[in-house]
Order: sequence, then structure tokens, then C-alpha cells
Amino acid sequence: MASVLAVIEQRDGVVKRVSHEALTAARALADGMQGTVTALVLGPVADTSTLGTYGADRVAHVTDDGLALYQPAAYAAATVAQARAEGPVTVVLSATALGKDLGPRIAARLSCPLAADVTSVTYEHGAVTVSRPVYAGKAVYRLRIAGTPCVVTVRPNSIPPLERARSAATVSASAPTEPGPAVKTVRVKEPPGARLDVAEASIIVSGGRGLKEPANFALLEELAAAIGGAAVGASRAVVDAGWRPHADQVGQTGKTVSPNLYIAVGISGAIQHVAGMRNAKVIVAINKDKDAPIFKIADYGLVGDLFAIVPRLTDEIRKLRAG
Amino acid sequence: MKICVCIKRVPDTETRIKIAADGKSVDEAGIKFILNPYDEFAVEEALRRREAAGAGEVVVVSLGPEAAQETIRSALAMGADRGVLLKTDIRSLDPLAVARPLAEEIRAGAYDLVLFGKLAVDDYNHAVGPMVGELLGVPCVTAVAGLELNEGRGTAEREIEGGVEVVEFALPALLTVDKGLNEPRYPALKGIMAAKKKPLEVKPVELAAGGVDVLDLTLPAERQAGRIVGEGPDAVPALIEALRHEAKVL
Repeated sequence: MASVLAVIEQRDGVVKRVSHEALTAARALADGMQGTVTALVLGPVADTSTLGTYGADRVAHVTDDGLALYQPAAYAAATVAQARAEGPVTVVLSATALGKDLGPRIAARLSCPLAADVTSVTYEHGAVTVSRPVYAGKAVYRLRIAGTPCVVTVRPNSIPPLERARSAATVSASAPTEPGPAVKTVRVKEPPGARLDVAEASIIVSGGRGLKEPANFALLEELAAAIGGAAVGASRAVVDAGWRPHADQVGQTGKTVSPNLYIAVGISGAIQHVAGMRNAKVIVAINKDKDAPIFKIADYGLVGDLFAIVPRLTDEIRKLRAG
Repeated sequence: MKICVCIKRVPDTETRIKIAADGKSVDEAGIKFILNPYDEFAVEEALRRREAAGAGEVVVVSLGPEAAQETIRSALAMGADRGVLLKTDIRSLDPLAVARPLAEEIRAGAYDLVLFGKLAVDDYNHAVGPMVGELLGVPCVTAVAGLELNEGRGTAEREIEGGVEVVEFALPALLTVDKGLNEPRYPALKGIMAAKKKPLEVKPVELAAGGVDVLDLTLPAERQAGRIVGEGPDAVPALIEALRHEAKVL
């Protein structure tokens, strides 16, 4: 029987939200092909009970403490072993830092096609069919993948996690010993203060050259904090100028994001920037130039001095949150 | 140190994409092509490592059409020693089909270090580099934004969501590199002149069909321009009202 293998990510022993999205995608595929979903959990995770809720029929758990951090070779070996045990299989991962690294490794080991960073995946006319934005979203391919096995990585925030009344039995699995090339993740450095990544945030406040100098990004940090759970992004111009880290860059040579709300502050709207954020559900633009291209794609525009507007916006949102 | 850098010819990021008549590919008429921006970091890193070692060779390899010779020349102008074009007019959407001939070429070169950009800004696959790493069976680290190499061993830093992974590996290795690793140099006029005389070997390759079929390529629906809520800070309450009750995102 056809099977879909969803690779579950954990951080510090907790299943990541994006994995519920990957499971939801896996469930829809399995329903189309009348197959089953196996959730593969790598590393120590205390609670795997949500995995059934989001669509798994079965949970295979490799509890090995050595897999607490992402170890490319061991993760690839364990995933490939499970995939081979599943029969004709479609492997689904999230297109995160981990999935973008692991997906290609698995496809190479299984000698099979990979569709990376897809925004939709369905089973149509007997084949896995995906949409994948290219040129940072300036165009979209619809691709049909020939047969199994195959590997699909799903872009975060593309597929809303869907809960179902289902429970899955957990079985233990083991990681095959990997005599392969020596690559070892020794630790994860976390910056002071929990930083939310722009690729994962549901609300992004982004700044451009209009901020005039790096210190003024404090205005956006305050706005993001007032909103709560918002990330601060940046345009290429200010990243190239060294004001903000590259990790925060939104656009064709940065990250492609699809939050519920994107607030562009002092960003003119260059084509390479717009490519990276045009899939936001709602776009707000704040800019002093009423002819800036960003207003052509924004749902709501505010024309004027950002140094007056942004603090007021922060204030009003604080009142709202307090009220 | 013998270093291979894999590079790709891609449309300039300022390009507006048009769909070709077949409905399945990009209309290349009038498009300016450039060296993939992430590959510039890879070329720069290779040059710095060669310069630091005081000896060695930097070879650029590209898979693509005849015109990719220009892309290779731009890397030679930055300072790479020689180039190899694996020439094909087929554009495969299956990254493994692209990785195989590259792996074959690289295997024959016996390199200490193989560098890729972390992704190409056209296909956005993030895939060919790690696939080549798997095919070669060498240690591979992707999206490297910090790198130390010392006596056959390396430590790389790669950005993950909300943090940085520190990864140790042994050489020979394959790395895909991220923006932030270095600041690529601009080719000097002297370099551009010298590049014209550097060796560039063209080898035709057969690309396998691969397992990915294009159904169509379309432009995303244009976003409708919304409305200007107002001017200046006094318009903020109206904006919040709209975000709460109209868009329902706050």
C-alpha cells in the first residue's frame, strides 16, 4: 500500500509547529492515494501525542539522544531506512533549514526526484502534483512527479495545520549506524533573547533605507514587541549596508515569506524585495513617498513620516493589547 | 589547496519574468543573465583560501548552455584559474538529474574543497549542492555563513531558525555558502583582460530526463493595489481599525 512518510522536526525535545503543517500535507496526499501516514520522529521528544491529531496513522520514534541536534548523516540514514521499510513512499519534510539540507540527501540516497519548497501538494491523476514558486515567487511551476519514491519539502506557512479526531500508535525505531562521512553538529548558538525567524513568523515588521540609520530599527523592534510574536525583517539595501543581519533579509537574495501581516516601513518596493513578500496575506506600507512602488501592492498604505507614524502605531497597539 | 566552485547562470534579480509561448518556461528574450549571487560568495571564498594558502588552484564548473561561458568568464575575472562548462541546452527541474554530471566531473578532479552557492535564485532548489555531496560521499555542510579551516579539518556555522548551528567536518568536503560569509570582490579591469586568456574547457553532457514533468509555468495573480488609509500619524487609528475588523489580522 502507498505510504507517506512525514519527517517531524523537534527543537529542545518539542515538536515544531511546521511539522504539523507537513503532517497535514502528508495526510491529504495519503487520503488521495488511499494510503497511510507514518510520522518519523528523530531524537528525544517527550510528547508525540499531537502527531495523530494532525494526521499520522503511526509514529516511528528514534529516541536516540545523539539525534537531539540535527546530525545530517544520521538523520539521512534513519529516514532512508524508514522510507525503504514503507514500500512505495512519498517523503514529506518542511522546507526549513533542516528540511532543505535533509531532503536533497534523502532524494540522492533513494535516487529519486525531489520537489523543493512547494506551496501546495496534491495527488491528482495518479501522481503527486506540486506548485513551486521560482524566481522568489515571480513565477510558479506546477510539476508532476513521476512515481515513487519521491521527496517533497513544504514551505512553512503554506499549508494550515488541520486537526482531526485521530490517534496514532507510537512504535520505537532505531537509527542504523552510519559509517559515512564525518559531519558533526556540535552545538547551537542562540542569540540573546528569543528571536523569531522571519520565515516562521505570522507577523513581520520590515524596515528599509527609510529608517535612515541602524539604531532606528529600535522603533521596529518596539512595534514588533507591542504586537507580540512578530519578527523584524529588512530590505536588501540595509542588509548590504551592514545595518541588519542577513538572516533578517526578505527578498530574492534573502528569505521568501508568507505571513498573515507584513508591515513594510520605509521600503520603496524594489522588484526583488516584493518577490519575497508578495504572498503575505495582508500588506501594510508606511512610506513618505506616495509614489513608491510598494503602495501598488499594499492593501493599506499610510503616507508620511515613519518617525511620527511608527511610534504612534506602537502606542495604539499597546493600548489595544492592554485594553 | 585545490578548490572547485560550481556556479550557475541565472536571470538578474531585477528581471521581470515573462512566460514563453509554450506556457512551461521563461521567455529569455531581453533578459540579462548574471552569475548567481550566492555563487559569488563561493568564488570569493575559494580565492581567499587559495591566497591564504599561497598556492593551489580554483576551478569553476558550470552546467548550462553555451552562453554560460560568459558566466564562467566573470568568475575567472574575479581570479579563478580555469573553467569547465558542462554544456547542455536541457533545463531539468529534477535536481538529481543536474547533480549527477556535476558529481562525475568533480570526482575526477580530486578536490580538497568543493563550494556551491546555497541556492540558485532562479530555481530555488537548495538541492544540487548537497546531492553532489551525497553522490561523492564526502562531508557536506549547507548554507555556511562562517568558516574556519585548519589542517584538514573545518568548523562551519549555518543559520537555522532562531539560531546558528556549529558543525565540524573533515576535508575533503563540500560546502554550500550563504550571504554573509564574505564580501565578494569586483573584478578589476586587469582581471577581466586576463580572464579572456584563461583556459575554459567545454564538455557536452547528456542530461537524464529526470522524474519531474512541468505541467505549466504561470505568473502569480497580480496583487490588487489596496487603498491609502491616510496621511501622517493621525491616520493610525483608521489603519488599526482596518487591520482589526476588515482584514482581521490584528
